[in-house]
Amino acid sequence: MLEFFDAAMLARLQFAFTVSFHIIFPAFSIGLASYLFVLEALWLKTDNPVYLRLYKYWLKIFAVGFGMGVVSGLVMSYQFGTNWSVFSDKAGPVIGPLLAYEVLSAFFLEAGFLGIMLFGMDRVGKKLHYFATSMVAFGTLLSATWILAVNSWMQTPTGHAVNELGQFVPGNWMSIIFNPSFPYRLLHMTLASYLTVSFVVGGVGAWHLLRDKSNPEARKMFSMAMWMATFVAPIQIFAGDLHGLNTLEHQPIKVAAMEGHWHRQTGAPFLLAAWPDSEKERNSFEIGIPYASAIVLTHDIDGETPGLTDVPASDRPPVGMVFWSFRVMILIGTLMALIGIYSVWLRWKGRLYETPWFQKSALWMGPSGFVAVLAGWVVTEVGRQPFTVYGLLRTSESLAPVDAPAVAASLIAFIVVYFALFGAGTYYIIRMMCLPPDGQGPQAGKPLRAAGTTPAASMTPTELVGGL
Amino acid sequence: MDMDLPLIWAGLLSLGVFIYVALDGFDLGVGLLFPFFAKDADRDVAMNTVAPVWDGNETWLILGGGGLFAAFPLAYAIVMPALYAPFTIMLLALVFRGVAFEYRWRDKSHERIWDTSFVFGSFMATFMQGIVLGTFVQGIEVDGRAYAGGWWDWLTPFTVMTGVALCFGYSLLGSGWLILKTEGSIRAQAYRFATLTAMGTFFFVCVVSLWTPLLSPEIYARWFTSPTIYFVAPVPLLTLVVAGFIARGIYKQIDSIIYPSTIALLGLCFIGLGVGLTPYIVPRAITIHEAAAPDSSLMFMLVGALIMLPLILGYTGYSYWIFRGKVRHGDRGYHS
Ligand code: HDD
Ligand code: HEM
Ligand code: HEM
Repeated sequence: MLEFFDAAMLARLQFAFTVSFHIIFPAFSIGLASYLFVLEALWLKTDNPVYLRLYKYWLKIFAVGFGMGVVSGLVMSYQFGTNWSVFSDKAGPVIGPLLAYEVLSAFFLEAGFLGIMLFGMDRVGKKLHYFATSMVAFGTLLSATWILAVNSWMQTPTGHAVNELGQFVPGNWMSIIFNPSFPYRLLHMTLASYLTVSFVVGGVGAWHLLRDKSNPEARKMFSMAMWMATFVAPIQIFAGDLHGLNTLEHQPIKVAAMEGHWHRQTGAPFLLAAWPDSEKERNSFEIGIPYASAIVLTHDIDGETPGLTDVPASDRPPVGMVFWSFRVMILIGTLMALIGIYSVWLRWKGRLYETPWFQKSALWMGPSGFVAVLAGWVVTEVGRQPFTVYGLLRTSESLAPVDAPAVAASLIAFIVVYFALFGAGTYYIIRMMCLPPDGQGPQAGKPLRAAGTTPAASMTPTELVGGL
Repeated sequence: MDMDLPLIWAGLLSLGVFIYVALDGFDLGVGLLFPFFAKDADRDVAMNTVAPVWDGNETWLILGGGGLFAAFPLAYAIVMPALYAPFTIMLLALVFRGVAFEYRWRDKSHERIWDTSFVFGSFMATFMQGIVLGTFVQGIEVDGRAYAGGWWDWLTPFTVMTGVALCFGYSLLGSGWLILKTEGSIRAQAYRFATLTAMGTFFFVCVVSLWTPLLSPEIYARWFTSPTIYFVAPVPLLTLVVAGFIARGIYKQIDSIIYPSTIALLGLCFIGLGVGLTPYIVPRAITIHEAAAPDSSLMFMLVGALIMLPLILGYTGYSYWIFRGKVRHGDRGYHS
């Protein structure tokens, strides 16, 4: 047991922990920045105060989320070196410049215009303020683009050479950036952020509709969110399918782990549930849909799909985690699409805002995007194991020469601090979401801070769920 | 024509780190002085002088880390493990202070907690940056392409001293900034802080200057033997002149002089540090050229940097200009 927690394992745990926390906030920021961009555009175009109120409402929430994203991201930019120094030395010449471009083109842009977006409403004109919002939104997307180029290169490395020191050196920048999995990952992640935020907005809208179904802001939010669910969720499933086919081409063993297939076979079933056993190299239990996996992956009922035993055990990822995370993501994607489709039916029937069970479902789906994002990343990253640069550099060879006690101590510090501080932030965000955005609340001139004492504002998350 | 790309990048990175010190230095400094301001109104104002710009300031730190990774991956791979604990503490400290900017407005009943988090975070971050600086001067043990020392090597009397020194330096920057950005009682208080922290800063500049050459014969030779002595001699002289400016600014209460002169003072210290360090990037072990990424990486980035840096400086300056002038009681921005 104790050997399990060697420096390598601790460093991996620490990296996984900090990056998982980080991704929650960017997923929120990317989607929310674009949503704010749309709201402000609609306000400028229609002059409808509902849009302005929604903008101001979500702006405050955005500020808290963005702040958490920035500080957790800052940690990430140093963790490559503290935990993966050999990896940094070897892969630095290729991925370093991409990260530098991210800082130069995206982070500065976001940070530079964020101040104007948050504090500048009455210092600059409407147009200029809108420009600031759009730069922040654009910056978040740009930032996702660069970091995903980095991550995708680590998954499907192309365009590099290896020098006499064992370093990866750039050959062709275009093929490094536009490596085979990059377009799919960028599309899938961007849509994931949009969906995540749609369901958060939808959940908040639903919560306020349940209390007052005539509230104009709540109706607007809910409607916008449901349109997104209707259109984007199916596109996401389609994009996910394309992403999977791309993975099949470049990382077949990862797909075998996602599918829970131990042996190369034709006409493979899609397993709904299974208990992979890596000792015996089989599933100790499984139920599945016959031929479904072969059809999805090869578009042929008798198509051949890879199995984990195609490679030696030392080259296989941990199967159970990949398998189950993948199921979680698919389940959530399917539920999102169902909500979207049903909302069209309700809209047509004219009951979109007054079907309490539907609003409750939307409320429960509110945080689901975050779960799907994390599950998706676990599939991606754990499925890449045991490599950091797929097929070329092993995780065990990437490690920094730091002692286990140092990593253990800092891991504990990260866990305590992150849960305490980001927990508090999440609580504040939920508390803000519980206030109605209708202008009767704190928006009408009263400082929000005083609102902490009104009954509506002090609703806790447990009361929120319990109150259903 | 052959360009010395590693040298260009060493220059650009130094510039980036220096801009970081000049900018985040003042907002960390405001955090250090924060507990001494009257609760509520004055603290709100002090916080609001930096609220619209702190994120941009911190981005220069990300550029420092990311730039080192990209341009000198070997140095990054050695320095980060060597300074594992100080960096980890600094990052966590920056989390503590970063979240406080939003949280303290969101939860009036726990405002004290977030004020403490802001002060504690600012202090730890500054102190650790000072320790990092001290470790750089003192030296890092290297074997082949990896760090070879233990995980407490960074903790010595010298590094603790540089840690304290940087707290004084940043507090002086913070005072200078508050003098520029506030009025009335806060400005008067900032002047008192400026007096104290300026004295502390001068004191520590002297201690560092005398102690550093004693750490290694190589640094000693740079400063005290011919011919390098002729090149480095102006640095201490200019430092004296700048110190004079600061003293006069404080004495005559010339608001606009203190912050810029403090930047100049830190700039001279920075040059002094560079004199002891070149041509190394990991002190006395790995040179700039040994650590550099291949030219193809450096060239690719240089193109981006030459296009982006002027733009960044442009819109950052513009943002400062929008928020120019004094911050007053009751200015709440979007928190209202
Ligand atoms: C709201 C979030 C969300 C939803 C609903 C889905 N995904 Fe996803 N998925 C992600 C969020 C995500 C992600 C977090 O964004 C990942 C991690 C890395 C990436 O690029 O996207 C991801 C990765 C990812 C991968 C791993 C690719 C690889 O690393 O090689 C596959 C094959 C899929 N997804 C497929 C799907 C399918 C078939 C879905 C439909 C039911 C689906 N995803 C829904
Ligand atoms: C942001 C969402 C991400 C999440 C949730 C995530 C999750 C994880 C997890 C769970 C691991 C541990 C895998 C294991 O050791 O079994 C890991 C490792 C790692 N990931 Fe990611 N990852 C994310 C994004 C990224 C990105 C964008 C990069 C690169 C730019 C990256 C680079 C790495 C590296 C270097 C490791 C360590 C080596 C390894 O164990 O593979 N990750 N990540
Ligand atoms: C290991 C990998 C990662 C590193 C080193 C990293 C680094 C950073 C840093 C330093 C910041 C702060 C920037 C600022 O000051 O504005 C940040 C924020 C951000 N990151 Fe990451 N990041 C990683 C993974 C990701 C991933 C996977 C995504 C998205 C797909 C992402 C998207 C963003 C965005 C949009 C922001 C803006 C702030 C926010 O959204 O809250 N990052 N990241």
